[in-house]
Amino acid sequence: MKDAKGRPVVVVTGMGVVTSLGQGKADTWSALTAGTSGIRQISRFPTAGLKTTIAGTVDFVPAEPFCAAQLSENFARLAVDEAISEAKIGTKGAFPGPMFIAVPPVEMEWPQREALARASGATEAVTYADLLRAADTGQFKDWHNLFLFGTVADRLADEFGTQGSPISLSTACSSGATAIQLGVEAIRRGETEAALCIGTDGSVQAEALIRFSLLSALSTQNDPPEGASKPFSKNRDGFVMGEGAAALVLESYESAKARGAQVLGVIAGCGEKGDGFHRTRTSPDGMPAILAMRGAIEDAGLTPDDIDYVNAHGTSTPENDKMESFGCMTVMGERMKSVPISSNKSMIGHTLTAAGAVEAVVTLLTLRNGRIPPTINYTIPDPAIPLDVVPNVARDASLRYAMSNSFGFGGQNTVLVFAREVKA
Amino acid sequence: MSKRDVVITGVGLVSSLGEGLEANAAAMADPSCLNLDETTYAPYRVHPAVPLELDRQIPKKLDQKQMEPWQRLGAYAAGLALENAGLKGDKERLSTMQLIVGCGGGERDYAVDGQILSDLPKADNPGQLLNEKLMSELRPTLFLAQLSNLLAGNISIVHGVTGASRTFMGEEQAGVDAVRIAFERIRAGQGDAFLVGGSYNAERADALLIYAMGGFLRHAPFAPVDQRADDPGLYLGSGGAFLVLEARETAEARGASILAVLKGVDSRRSRRVPGSVGAALGEAFKALPAASGRVAVMSGATGIAGITNEEIAALPAVPVRFTASRLGHMTEAQFPAGIALAVESLRSGALPAPAAGSSETEAEGEPEAIYVTSVGHMRGEGLALVVRAH
Repeated sequence: MKDAKGRPVVVVTGMGVVTSLGQGKADTWSALTAGTSGIRQISRFPTAGLKTTIAGTVDFVPAEPFCAAQLSENFARLAVDEAISEAKIGTKGAFPGPMFIAVPPVEMEWPQREALARASGATEAVTYADLLRAADTGQFKDWHNLFLFGTVADRLADEFGTQGSPISLSTACSSGATAIQLGVEAIRRGETEAALCIGTDGSVQAEALIRFSLLSALSTQNDPPEGASKPFSKNRDGFVMGEGAAALVLESYESAKARGAQVLGVIAGCGEKGDGFHRTRTSPDGMPAILAMRGAIEDAGLTPDDIDYVNAHGTSTPENDKMESFGCMTVMGERMKSVPISSNKSMIGHTLTAAGAVEAVVTLLTLRNGRIPPTINYTIPDPAIPLDVVPNVARDASLRYAMSNSFGFGGQNTVLVFAREVKA
Repeated sequence: MSKRDVVITGVGLVSSLGEGLEANAAAMADPSCLNLDETTYAPYRVHPAVPLELDRQIPKKLDQKQMEPWQRLGAYAAGLALENAGLKGDKERLSTMQLIVGCGGGERDYAVDGQILSDLPKADNPGQLLNEKLMSELRPTLFLAQLSNLLAGNISIVHGVTGASRTFMGEEQAGVDAVRIAFERIRAGQGDAFLVGGSYNAERADALLIYAMGGFLRHAPFAPVDQRADDPGLYLGSGGAFLVLEARETAEARGASILAVLKGVDSRRSRRVPGSVGAALGEAFKALPAASGRVAVMSGATGIAGITNEEIAALPAVPVRFTASRLGHMTEAQFPAGIALAVESLRSGALPAPAAGSSETEAEGEPEAIYVTSVGHMRGEGLALVVRAH
């Protein structure tokens, strides 16, 4: 079956997710629809001296050594395992398609730098020359591979047996959506019948948090932690870092039908647009985000009137939520005031690199279950945002099409449109 | 679906040997021309980037200041490619041009790191000290010079390439996949014009550190990559390489000069065991269209034991040039740089001179088709075929 543009229809046949609310779709979904927050006081590193001391950490997945690279790999493994089990595709260790994985920029962390410094024997005025000397001994060999950008993908490709060269990517906070878009494009090109699309992020560590803190991007309303993320509220003051991963098995509808697979939803359209205005701020006219939304709707062969629900980027920063609201209003017109829009980030925080993929899974569950997870902590409406944000309590609704927004630093705007079922 | 022709209409290259294709070609016409820093990071050597007059491609001082060297190298090379393609400042076309970048990230504030590492062992509460030092010493905007996708972000800001950008990570293979995805999307009609490439700054202790831990850096004095049996390993090289790829019809419609034709790109990943690299390259050669006429190879071999020999054994019996013998190993930018040099060789009708002391042989006649290889130091094998425009 082809879509309106003569391309293979792309469906989802397996999904897996890990968030601070739990491992797996069942736990995450029941917590999200109950309005439960996964934001908590950070316990994995000392927070003394920090303005922000909370995050949506995933604390139930071990990692050795404990660092963002290893944690991100472990989250992804759990999500992929769930997705492939559900899709019942391929054979164990042999996934019949390529992998596209959104991973956080990997880097060596402080425990490793400290270990190198200790091994160098330098005690005063430590420099990188000392670290290099220690590195040359060969006793830190494993860390070379651990801190390469391509290693998470490489290890997962070994384990799950994906085909070809796995692509590790970043489009900042829209990375997860871009991973899905790459998979959709590969299937539409006829390059493959299936693709494994992943977003993962386990980078809540001191320096990562401080970097966002120094850009004044994070909420500092630490008490109570679960009240900090307040998308679309007047008193919102920044995002809360979150962790997690999601994996989606994408397939051409023909392939899914031929093997009798269960279709969980359709990825009907993708849109993207760059923004050259500023490194962290969006164009004042909001056009790049607007064009990305319009592009995704058009790519799906739909009109704005077809969109029944918006899964918001909704970070809870003053700027994003205002601009996103403006963008949605521009694309949908007055009708937008009655189109439900909610932000999963109110409960799980901003899962950064993983967000686009995690929220894609939640959006597909929303369509499938006919139930919209709420935007929690919505007690003080922002008069500048005249939207139905599904405040505080989940809502039942029959939905056909949903749009999920992802925006990121560096002028990244990626939007996906999902359909509940394949159009006959 | 009928597949479209993909043509190369612009190339930008910055390296240790020069700025621009012609400067690089001129330097490489001399068999012994080399720019190697043997002292700054001893016992390691790096090929440092030539000094750039940044104002020429990154006119605003504020933009220059917001970037670290890896980003400046990339934004500069991207500007050269757009200029070469006749697209510089063409707001309308650039606003729909797609951008795919292969890069890593960077860069540390070495002074702050050193200070923290010196103080931590003496601290009563190391966690708190780390927090306080980072909160007070880190430049807030340094983060934006570290984020991988901010090379693309800076290219959007500086040059106005705003169709959409995607950043691929994963060392050498990121550069290969960036070119492959752009190529396949153009062929399939998923985009008409792409700016694709990457950059790498080798003059970074933190980058050297990763490769040093793995034992991949050569300590011994210079030898071409095919002559490193005494101490196998790589020298990292600074630089940036960007290509403008277009559908032939798009390029012709705007009257662009076609520099070369990209006939195919193959990207694969063998599970590395002895013999797998040779086998993967063998498959890659079979997967691409056959080259005819006078054929050459622009190899991205690293000089690492085993895999470099496997690659050499898998290459056809044609003149080969090892780009890392001249420019160093440019990691994510290695493959785009190889394609850039292939384009220049096809355009000018001459390969670089055989590197002094290497096994490279003189070529007879003008090359008509050039294979470009990439064998990642840990993973990933890539191959492209570039042919003359006419």
